Amino acid sequence: MKEEKTILQTEAQISEGGGELAVNKKNIVKELLMKILFIIAAAIFIAVVAVICVYLFVLAVPTIAEIGFFEFIFGSRWLPGNELYGLGTLIVGTSYATACALIVGVPIGLLVAVFMAFYCPKWLYKVMKPVVNILAGIPSIVYGYFGLNVIVPFVSRTFGGGGASLLATALVLGIMILPTVISISENALRAVPKSYYEGALALGATKERAIIKTVFPAAMSGVVTSIILALGRAFGETAAVVLVCGNIAQFPDSLLDPIRTLSSNIATGLAYGTGLHRQALIASSVVLFVFILIITAIVMVLRKKKR
Amino acid sequence: MAKELILKEGEVDARDIVPINRQSFRDKLQAYLHKPFSFLLLILVAIATFATAAVVVGIVIYVLWQGVPHLKPELFSWRWTIDNLSLMPSLINTLVISLISLLLAGVIGIFAAIFMVEYAKSTNVFVKIVRMAAETLSGIPSIVYGIFGMMFFVDEDFLGMGFTLLGGALTMTMMILPLIMRTTEEALLAVPDSFREGSFALGAGKLRTIFVIILPSAIPGIVSGVILGFGRIVGETMALVYTAGSAFNIRYPAGLMGQGCTLTVYMYSLISEGSGYSNQAWAIAVVLIILVVIINGAAEFIGNKLKKEY
Repeated sequence: MKEEKTILQTEAQISEGGGELAVNKKNIVKELLMKILFIIAAAIFIAVVAVICVYLFVLAVPTIAEIGFFEFIFGSRWLPGNELYGLGTLIVGTSYATACALIVGVPIGLLVAVFMAFYCPKWLYKVMKPVVNILAGIPSIVYGYFGLNVIVPFVSRTFGGGGASLLATALVLGIMILPTVISISENALRAVPKSYYEGALALGATKERAIIKTVFPAAMSGVVTSIILALGRAFGETAAVVLVCGNIAQFPDSLLDPIRTLSSNIATGLAYGTGLHRQALIASSVVLFVFILIITAIVMVLRKKKR
Repeated sequence: MAKELILKEGEVDARDIVPINRQSFRDKLQAYLHKPFSFLLLILVAIATFATAAVVVGIVIYVLWQGVPHLKPELFSWRWTIDNLSLMPSLINTLVISLISLLLAGVIGIFAAIFMVEYAKSTNVFVKIVRMAAETLSGIPSIVYGIFGMMFFVDEDFLGMGFTLLGGALTMTMMILPLIMRTTEEALLAVPDSFREGSFALGAGKLRTIFVIILPSAIPGIVSGVILGFGRIVGETMALVYTAGSAFNIRYPAGLMGQGCTLTVYMYSLISEGSGYSNQAWAIAVVLIILVVIINGAAEFIGNKLKKEY
C-alpha cells in the first residue's frame, strides 16, 4: 500500500512537471482576469457618478427651462399651489443656516482639535476619541429629534418666538459638523513635523503661541479642508434640519425667524408633490448637487496643494 | 526621621536644584499670567473640549432617559400592530438592507482599492478620475441619493421597481462605496512593502501575493471600514425614505422586492405623525444609539486590537 502511494505521488509530480507550461498559462489568464475585475470595480465608481450626473441633469434641465433659469434660482417665492417655483428664499435660508452652523461649530471644533493633538493625555485620548466617533455616528434623525425636544424649546424660552428657527438649526448643525472639523483638523495638526513646534518652543514661545503661530499655518490646507467638508455636510443635511428649521420659505430677518432649506423643502415636498412641483423638487436637488461638486473640486485642489 | 544632610563646603543639596525642564504649577501659572493671550487660549481650549464632551454625554443621557422607560418587550414583537407599534420589522429591514449593501459595496470597494494600491500608478489619469469620483460620491448629500434612487429604481421612467428594499440597498451601496474604498486603501498601504517583495521573491504571482499575503495582513483595517459602513447605513434616513419606502408597510418584515422602512425611517414617520408616538420614537432613538455605540466600539476594537505590529 505504502509503495503504491509513493508511486502515485511521483506520478503526480511528473505530470505536474510536464504540465508546468499549461499551469503557467492558466495562471497568466487568471491574473489577467482578476486584474480586469479590479479595473472594472474601480470603473464602477466613475460609472456611478456619471449615471447620477447625467440622470439628474437630463431630468432637471427641461424643468428648469420650463420655469426659467433666473426665475428658478432667484425667484423669491416658492408657492407650488400658484405654480411659482423660485428657490431664492430656500438658497438664502440654506446659506444662512450653513454659515451660522460654521460660526458655531468651527471655532469649537478647532479648539477641540488643538486639545486632542497637543494637550490630551493618553488616557483621556482613549476616552475622547470614541466620544468624537460617537458624535459622528449618531443618526441625523436622532439629532433632529433631540433638537426638536430640547434645543427648540430652549430657544423659545430664552429668546422668545416659536423656537424652530435659524438659531435652532444653526445649533443642531453646529453640533453635527463638530466631528468632521475635529478629526480632520486633528490629523492635519498631527501631520505637521514636530520640529516646527519644538523649534518655536526653543525660541521661547509659549505652547499656545507655538501652536497658533507655527503649527496652524503649516496645517492650514488640512484645516481649511475640514471646514469645507463641514460646510458640505451642513449644506446638504436634511433629516435633522427638517425638524428644527420651522419650514417657512422666507428671507429671515433675525436669528429667531423660521427658515426653510433646499434639502428640507425637497424632503417635505416630495411626499405629496406631483407634476411640475415634483419636477421642480428634483431640479432643486440638482442645485444641491452642483454645489457639492464645487465643494469637492475645492477640496481636491486643496489636497493637491498639500502634497 | 529623615537623615539630616551634612553639607561640606562647595556641596549643594541636590533636592534644592530645580531642573530647567521641570516647571512647578506655580511657575506655569506665573508664566501664563505674563502672557494673557496664551492663557486665554488655554482656557478656551479647555472650555471647548469640556463643552463638546458635555454635549455628547448630554445627548446620549437625554435620549436614554427619555427612551429606556419605553423599551417594552412588546416593542420587539415579531408582528407590527397598531397597538404594539413594534420596531422589529424595521430592525430586520435595516439588517437586510445593510447585508446587501455591505456585500456589494464590500466587494466593489475592496476590489477597487486593490486596483488603486497594488496595480495602478498614482500618476495614471484613470486613477485620478476614480479618486475624483470617490471624492464626489462621499460628498453627495443623502437627500440627493434619495432623489436619484427614487427616479432610477422606483419611478416608472427607468427601472420602475416601485419601493423595494433592494432599491434602498442599491442606493446605500453607492453611498458607502467611497468609505469602504478609502479605509481599504489605507489598510493596504499600511502593509509594508517587504511583505510583497518577500512573496515575489518566493515565486508567488501578483494575485497570490494579494490574496494570501496582503489581504490577510490588511483584514483588520478592511473589516473596521466595513463596520463603519454598517453604521452609516443604520443612521441613514433620507436616502431610504423615497427608495425603500416609508412606514406604510411595517406589519411584517418586507421581502427583498417588497417595500419596508428601516429603523430611522420608522422613527421619522412616527415623528411626522405627531407627538402621540413620541414614546416609541424615543425608544427607537435608544436602539439606534445603542447600535451606533456597539458598531463604533467594534470597529475600533477590530481596528486596534487585531492590528499586528510590523
